[in-house]
Amino acid sequence: MAPPVIAVEALTIDLPPQAERPHAVENLSLELHANEILCVVGESGSGKSILARSIMGLFPSPHVRPSAGRVLLNGENLLAASPARMREVRGTRVAMVFQEPMTALNPVLTIGRQIEEIIEVHVAAAAPLRRQRVLDMLAAVQLPDPERIVHAYPHQISGGQRQRAMIAMALMLGPECLIADEPTTALDVTTQAQILTLIREMQRDRGTAVMFITHDFGVVADIADRIAVMQSGRLVELGDAQQVLGAPVHPYTRALLGAVPSLRPPGARAQFDDEPALLAADSLTKSFRSGGRLFGGGMRVVHAVKNVRLRVRQGETLGVVGESGSGKSTLARCVSRLVEPDAGKIMVGATDFTALSGRALRSFRKKVQMVFQDPYGSLDPRQKVGAMIAEGPLLHGEDPGRARERAAELLELVGLDPRAAERFPHEFSGGQRQRIGIARALALEPDLLIADEPVSALDVSVQAQVLRLLADIRDRLGLTMLFITHDLRVAAQVCDTIAVMRAGEIVEQGPTGRIFAAPQHPYTRELFSAVPGQHGSVGAAPPNLPPVH
Amino acid sequence: MMEFLRRFARNRPALVGVAVLVAVAALALLAPAFYPRSPFEMIGKPFEPPLASTLLGTDQLGRDVTAGVVHGARVTLLIGLVATFIAILLGVTLGGIAGYFGGWVDTLLMRLTEIFQTIPFFLFAILLVAVLTPTVGSVVFAIAVVSWPPMARLVRGEFLSMRNREFVLACVSMGMGHWRIILRHILPNSLSAIIVTGSLMVATAILIESGLSFLGLTDPNVMSWGFIIGSGRTVLRTAWWVIAMPGIAILLTVMAINLVGEGLNDALNPRLKHL
Repeated sequence: MAPPVIAVEALTIDLPPQAERPHAVENLSLELHANEILCVVGESGSGKSILARSIMGLFPSPHVRPSAGRVLLNGENLLAASPARMREVRGTRVAMVFQEPMTALNPVLTIGRQIEEIIEVHVAAAAPLRRQRVLDMLAAVQLPDPERIVHAYPHQISGGQRQRAMIAMALMLGPECLIADEPTTALDVTTQAQILTLIREMQRDRGTAVMFITHDFGVVADIADRIAVMQSGRLVELGDAQQVLGAPVHPYTRALLGAVPSLRPPGARAQFDDEPALLAADSLTKSFRSGGRLFGGGMRVVHAVKNVRLRVRQGETLGVVGESGSGKSTLARCVSRLVEPDAGKIMVGATDFTALSGRALRSFRKKVQMVFQDPYGSLDPRQKVGAMIAEGPLLHGEDPGRARERAAELLELVGLDPRAAERFPHEFSGGQRQRIGIARALALEPDLLIADEPVSALDVSVQAQVLRLLADIRDRLGLTMLFITHDLRVAAQVCDTIAVMRAGEIVEQGPTGRIFAAPQHPYTRELFSAVPGQHGSVGAAPPNLPPVH
Repeated sequence: MMEFLRRFARNRPALVGVAVLVAVAALALLAPAFYPRSPFEMIGKPFEPPLASTLLGTDQLGRDVTAGVVHGARVTLLIGLVATFIAILLGVTLGGIAGYFGGWVDTLLMRLTEIFQTIPFFLFAILLVAVLTPTVGSVVFAIAVVSWPPMARLVRGEFLSMRNREFVLACVSMGMGHWRIILRHILPNSLSAIIVTGSLMVATAILIESGLSFLGLTDPNVMSWGFIIGSGRTVLRTAWWVIAMPGIAILLTVMAINLVGEGLNDALNPRLKHL
């Protein structure tokens, strides 16, 4: 067998003393061969990104340093290389693609200029020649109309096109090794599918060794030749993709795989056809205006929600799925009246929610509560958890003692110690914070719970726990839910009915089982076929595996 | 709170700043005890150098410079603190309303702020004091009027970014009223920025006051540091100490406030420090 392109040998990377663990990466060895894609999988904080960056010699701060081990690029120890040598290596022999192409590209330079710069820095080539090489490369990453893209600024092209440009830039000088750090995480699922295909094709054509960092097992199943699983800085499992996905050995790998929600919806919970509609929204419309000049004109109008009709029946969970920018979050915020709709009517039960204002609106708000996406931004950092949960009931005239008791009960209900009431949000993990957010929403005993991407900021194992909690509470309290998500796997597991949104409109709506089995609208079909990992075994595992931790 | 104190105490320069400020404040509070007589009283021959008959010498009228500096600390600190307090109140209120409510309210208030910012602040202060006749009240007013716009802009920015944070939206969907959201949730989260900027504003206020007094735009019945410098500037070459002593007092105080402000900033925004 040919020697590996990259060999990481017993690498240990130290974290600063105040960090929660001493090493970001601990005694880790792995090899990356030419013409293969090695996926490094792990949850947030597992050290996978630091591992990737250490190969490039990019450490996040001077306090994070390798303390032992070697990183060999064709036998040359990169950790011992001089800064000048590292600059030579970067771009020509090892290149990197980052997660967010918008911030990884310089916004004031054209795409062409930025790619040309790579050639300028490393090789002497005449300007027309350089330009020609850039055009060829842009064509190779299948960007439409390279002549136009060369002169475009990053904000003038789409997210997927930006990531293609980043890949073109990384592969410009034909590096032996490409490091891709969550390159598709910031992209929509349909774009993600295209970028994955592109990376696969480019890698095969050039025989590049690719180290692909990701947290998403679906992506892994689609692209990996070999898989390395990391947990808290340690390598827990390494092997061929088939073997790791099909017959994982380490319990952590098994737990991670088990936590990936299946794309196959479970059987229908109940029939809701005869239930009365709790939420009835009609011809809901909202557009945003921006960039208007002082005396009008030049205004950009985005139609976020266009003439949407929505019915959620008593006890039902309606999932609104769609890609970013489809207007699903705006829809949720219109329904909860956090955003004023331009037109339309929202009935909650027998009350016209849109007609309320002032005091009447404020007191009615308790019937519609929200769970938010960001576990860090959705809790007031200066308020104790107990006070936070009790605040809503107090506001609506609950007796203080009773409100405190209720807060303790709710904490127990969402699986937290009632003593958590005396602590501040920063003392909790992401998943625990999301539980607190749920408890806060439930404190007001709402008729309708709106969950806006409640699990998309969480790691897959925590995500599974929070989803299980939400489903459990819903069943116990008979809650009616509007569930916003971009993740079809999550939607399949939680929702009774699904509405697919695109560009502000609902293109298809129906029972989850029917939508997943036989999507009708072409866009729905496209969306479903783009979900990564559906042909492999990922997510097919029975959902009753033991929970992690 | 303990955590904050521990972080603050780790910052040596800030502790030096606190020590200097405590000394100045003690001096100001105990001035009547040290120098019970009016600082305007003539106690000896004019132009006596420091350490001759008094600690810091006498000025052109035979007044004790030491008494002037000690009593001046009272006036200068008081003007600095009161003016800053008013400016913070004004800035936080206007900036907060603009940032929270947005829309035309924001446009209106921010245009108003810009009008104030287009006038060079020191000239504006001079104008105000000259028009209103120089008294302690008018000096405080003038300093407050020229100091609030930066605070308003800062608070507006803070409120604007906080306004759409999810925890604020959660408050709205609980049915909370605007004032409760502002006072209980947004303001406490903006407090660290307000405290840091406010502490540095005290230093600026003292400098403005000194500048105004230097030009003679001060209450002639009140002894402030600027007043001593203003009245001593004509004898700079014959009696340097008349100007130097209050000058050093201003220098030390302003420096101390800046050190404390920096220390507060590091302690309240620890993440910035670690980067």
